[in-house]
Amino acid sequence: MSDRVFITGAGIISSIGFTYEEVVSSLESSRSGIGRLMHIDSVYKDEIPFAEVNASNNELKELAQVPGSGIFSRTSLLGLIAARQALAHSGTENITEYRTGLISATTVGGMDRTEKFFSKFLKDKNHGRLRDVITHDMGDSTEKIAEACGIRDYVTTISTACSSSANAILLGSRLIENRMLDRALVGGADALTLFTINGFNSLMILDRNGCRPFDNDRNGLTLGEGAAYLVLESEEVINKTGKKAIGTVAGYGNACDAFHQTASSPDGNGAFISMNKAFMKSGITPDKIDYINAHGTGTKNNDLSEGKAVERLFAGSVPPISSTKSFTGHTLGAAGAIEAVFSIMAIERQCIWPNPGFKTRMSELGFAPVTELNREMSVRNVLSNSFGFGGNNTSLIFSKC
Amino acid sequence: MEAFINGISAISPQNSFEEERLLDNPVEYTGVRQLRCIEPQYSAYFDPMAARRMSRIIKMGVCSAMKCLQDAEIKNPDAIITGTGMGCVEDTGKFLVSIIENDEKLLNPTPFIQSTHNTVGASIALILKCHNYNNTYGHRGFSFESALIDSMMLLQEGQANNILVGGIDELTPDLFTITDRLGLWKKEPVDSLRLKDYNSRGSLAGEGSAFFALSNRKNIKTIARLSSVMTFFNPASPSENETKIANTGKPDLVILGINGDSSGDEVYASLRKGIFRNIPAAYYKHLCGEYDTSSAFALAMAAGIIREQRVPDIMKLDNVPAGEIHNILIYNHLRNINHSAIMVSSC
Repeated sequence: MSDRVFITGAGIISSIGFTYEEVVSSLESSRSGIGRLMHIDSVYKDEIPFAEVNASNNELKELAQVPGSGIFSRTSLLGLIAARQALAHSGTENITEYRTGLISATTVGGMDRTEKFFSKFLKDKNHGRLRDVITHDMGDSTEKIAEACGIRDYVTTISTACSSSANAILLGSRLIENRMLDRALVGGADALTLFTINGFNSLMILDRNGCRPFDNDRNGLTLGEGAAYLVLESEEVINKTGKKAIGTVAGYGNACDAFHQTASSPDGNGAFISMNKAFMKSGITPDKIDYINAHGTGTKNNDLSEGKAVERLFAGSVPPISSTKSFTGHTLGAAGAIEAVFSIMAIERQCIWPNPGFKTRMSELGFAPVTELNREMSVRNVLSNSFGFGGNNTSLIFSKC
Repeated sequence: MEAFINGISAISPQNSFEEERLLDNPVEYTGVRQLRCIEPQYSAYFDPMAARRMSRIIKMGVCSAMKCLQDAEIKNPDAIITGTGMGCVEDTGKFLVSIIENDEKLLNPTPFIQSTHNTVGASIALILKCHNYNNTYGHRGFSFESALIDSMMLLQEGQANNILVGGIDELTPDLFTITDRLGLWKKEPVDSLRLKDYNSRGSLAGEGSAFFALSNRKNIKTIARLSSVMTFFNPASPSENETKIANTGKPDLVILGINGDSSGDEVYASLRKGIFRNIPAAYYKHLCGEYDTSSAFALAMAAGIIREQRVPDIMKLDNVPAGEIHNILIYNHLRNINHSAIMVSSC
């Protein structure tokens, strides 16, 4: 097994910015991306806030550098934009120089186009444009990105609900450690769709006032959209190229809460196990963690369950913790990767991101999240959590080189 | 990397779930354009109350997973890994329809909850109370192969001793209609067992669920050994990866993903003139139909052949000479984009 997995590039697009720099600037100035839905015609657009990427599909096509006539789901476009940024950021010019894989994650895939198809198909099974349905499956966005970036050596898609892209980072790291790849582009993308808006609304967990993670009066999550990718490279490649890394994937843990299809266990057992596994893999002890980027969706259930698990694991001395979902909303399959980028940014900029919207400490917990940008800390190790439907929990630890 | 296959269970359009001997009574479907699974009595495997809320893919997946674990005598696997190309199509469709028909108002969340690709893997974990590694792949013709590769890495890393891994896809009326409009299926009804002989465009739609208990340890239950799994994305030609395939060793038998589509089957024909020249060949999609995770059904067949040292006549592509079968290579491709090669060996 190779010694360490290095992160040499990161790309991101979300409601708080179209580039790495724009996103950092939003985080630094506490500028949230939650607002009125502009690009989807939902009956809830005036009633529920969302964290939408403020661009039409045509505008995204330009940013993604694809022909206007091409058939792309919004998920593919978001994914391709972030993937291209990550490769450029890492200084990767010749993709075939090393064995390179793409592990991408998504939960809705091309559902935005499928919805257009289905409304016509439902009236008449011979209706609905086929070009709107060929992008439906999860593999479509991955193959679009692989083709555009020329990645051939390993291509796959993970779909484990809201932990999907955290698992993509985990898998990419393992493929490098097992010497099956030298380099991996890992991350995920998910677009806002009527399907997910109505899915979470039917579960009655969308906060009408925007999400307030870890607040005593929190009342649900805010859905968002976006994409993020990291370029991971083996120690061998780093040594050969002399490339400067922006961090390492120091540890990862995957566990299943196995409590309920959608709800987390009250004691956060699955969360505890996934964090614990990440620590065991990394060799880092909890007291060395400088910042926790929590899953922190803002639902009553998640924040209590995760909070309890964090308290148990960090036994009375919880490090600075925040959920950045009050910036970006919950971006589902992209969340793990977006928050991995935030973790890397925290290491790079040596600061801890705040948790906007927080007012009152939860009565059940002994800690409160960070509310102001903190530049006083030395940030060496960051823990990032991603938990999903089905109890699919993944924790990642990122470290300074 | 390698893994011992210590348990198998497959629900398919054949009697694979019940049959003791591989394809003892092959089922022929005449005048059909799609194949559906022969579903078992689920009540023997899980609570009928729980089953009422489950869609067909969940029932088929959970049931074959449970039987596989029983078969291998494993109570709690160290990992549950699934692959599904299209995911929970029935529940996804149900929720989409309800959004449109009810104008986004007062929707039942159950189909949404059960629409995510990880539903089968999560349901199995929930029933077993299994807190271990759990992952789901959803990538067209690589879905099951990716799950196998993850499994073999976990065994090699020492992260797991026993893994439950499966490939599941369901066919629904709407999925058939849409993929039919996309031209994936033969326009004329066919006799399933003659699938390769029609010389026309399109294939026969299918579905299935096959689960495997993989282990780093050989025991009295061991059926076969998984010795190599490779995926090739969008190769310029099948010969592009000849060296890599050849490096896995010379198989005694190849099982090909021939699906009756005249253009797709040319890939196999060219391989049979190339690296598979003079290697006895068999095929399987006339038994299960075409779907994203059909290679899971093929793996169940290959392991059965190794165990029984017998190639069922119904699978033979031409006169397969009698002889010992130690290595079987399954070669499949989906729409000439997702190519995969799985080597199964005797122990």
